[in-house]
Amino acid sequence: MNTKEILETINMIDNEDLDVRTITMGISLLDCIDSDIKRACDKIYDKICRYAGELVKTGEDISREYGIPIVNKRISVTPVAMVSGACQSASPIHFAKALDRAAKTVGVNFIGGYSALVHKGFGPGDYALIESIPEALAETEFVCSSVNIGTTKAGINMDAVKKMGQVIRKTAELTADRECIGAAKLVVFCNAPEDNPFMAGAFHGPGEPDCVINVGVSGPGVVRAAIKKSGQGKSLDEIAELIKKTAFKITRTGQLVAQEASRRLCVPFGILDLSLAPTPAVGDSVAYILEGMGLEQCGAHGTTAALALLNDAVKKGGVMASSHVGGLSGAFIPVTEDAGMIEAARSGALTLDKLEAMTAVCSVGLDMIAVPGDTSAEILSGIIADEAAIGMVNSKTTAVRIIPAIGKTSGDELNFGGLLGSGPIMNINRKSPAEFIHRGGRIPAPLQSLKN
Amino acid sequence: MKAVITVIGKDMVGILAKVSGMCADKSANVLEVTQSILQDMFVMVMMVDIVNCTVKFADLADELAALGDDLGLKIHCMHEDIFNSMHRI
Repeated sequence: MNTKEILETINMIDNEDLDVRTITMGISLLDCIDSDIKRACDKIYDKICRYAGELVKTGEDISREYGIPIVNKRISVTPVAMVSGACQSASPIHFAKALDRAAKTVGVNFIGGYSALVHKGFGPGDYALIESIPEALAETEFVCSSVNIGTTKAGINMDAVKKMGQVIRKTAELTADRECIGAAKLVVFCNAPEDNPFMAGAFHGPGEPDCVINVGVSGPGVVRAAIKKSGQGKSLDEIAELIKKTAFKITRTGQLVAQEASRRLCVPFGILDLSLAPTPAVGDSVAYILEGMGLEQCGAHGTTAALALLNDAVKKGGVMASSHVGGLSGAFIPVTEDAGMIEAARSGALTLDKLEAMTAVCSVGLDMIAVPGDTSAEILSGIIADEAAIGMVNSKTTAVRIIPAIGKTSGDELNFGGLLGSGPIMNINRKSPAEFIHRGGRIPAPLQSLKN
Repeated sequence: MKAVITVIGKDMVGILAKVSGMCADKSANVLEVTQSILQDMFVMVMMVDIVNCTVKFADLADELAALGDDLGLKIHCMHEDIFNSMHRI
């Protein structure tokens, strides 16, 4: 019995916000396809309730026995467009409502997968689903939506990019009375992973088994505390080592929880997503880690380099700690969910342009960013296209989760509450990309050699 | 199956007695105890065997946490695997 190690673990949980961020059960809906929409929705509801009935209780039991907080219990499903395509005469929104009902019955706080994969083109079912996203997110409470509009191998579907700019705007408009929260539950991806347990972008990819348990670990506060405690005067290679060791410990906790959840629910373990996911709790911030490395404030020149080091070290430390690593794995930079980023955005140190550069080296993309309410659909599409291009060319996942704050302008604030946090509305570049966006078509897949 | 009970807080008379009393009550067998005072803070770490425990492990953990709240101490009761997995390869 090593008292020092035991107290180190307890300190991580009590004072440094170590937690398992989510246990996400992935459920395939492919066997629920039916041309009768009512029957399809009933099958979906029944299957989710049957598979995930014990999910929340099991998560709570594990949390109590192992003493580690498990913050969220969630569900991801097959991209609904694959199922709803069979019922072409009815609106796919019925599926969103069935998912919402199932989520409520089993007690999870989000269900992801109101999604379509359209990186190379739309099917009629895909298009109908995308059209219905604003209404679906306005009329449901727990449903999250995502659309994949590009991949490194297929290029970028610019028709979808154009469409998603409009969809994001409309989603924000329909939920304007609720801080535009609909847009916070909608992610536009390039290179979307099929096994991501984190919302709002989680869906259960077509290559996944019938049912699977994916777990997302977190712990920015632990990494920050380690750097604060032992990082004084250390070189950056020593800092990288420190982050690796800390990430290893965090990930081992997640691996234990994932195995235990898989065993108790009799569902195979899929992957562990070893992401540093910040929360608005002071201290649980990725920005503070970067500042701990020696930046006056997140957003200063040097931020991209510091984030690159962090993102890489987290993966290197975590990979050996888990049997299967997947999902988004790395460091998230959601602005409104990170106390340090909120401060940096408020003070003007962190701009949208800097965030875009950071997304080239972080694990996802432009995340939880509020922009002025009068931002046009074309500008939103331009932001999506830029972000997708970074992902496509660098063979990484990028995403855009951006919230046009209807009726508000830069300097105002949006407040979602809870894990989604709050934050200032950021300035955007007002020059119009409209002609470029309206050209439509596809940006061809990039060359994979001659890398410069 | 073994659990690790940790007690952290201000030192006072009878902490060990109360915690081990609760363990005895539930047939959790105390295997090892270490305790120390660090800067006025009382720190006790206790390894218990819970194979014959008469209540569910999660309930034992809840009851110990509640006892901690009564005494103004932080009491954790956690499965030993969490420490093994984090600190041992």
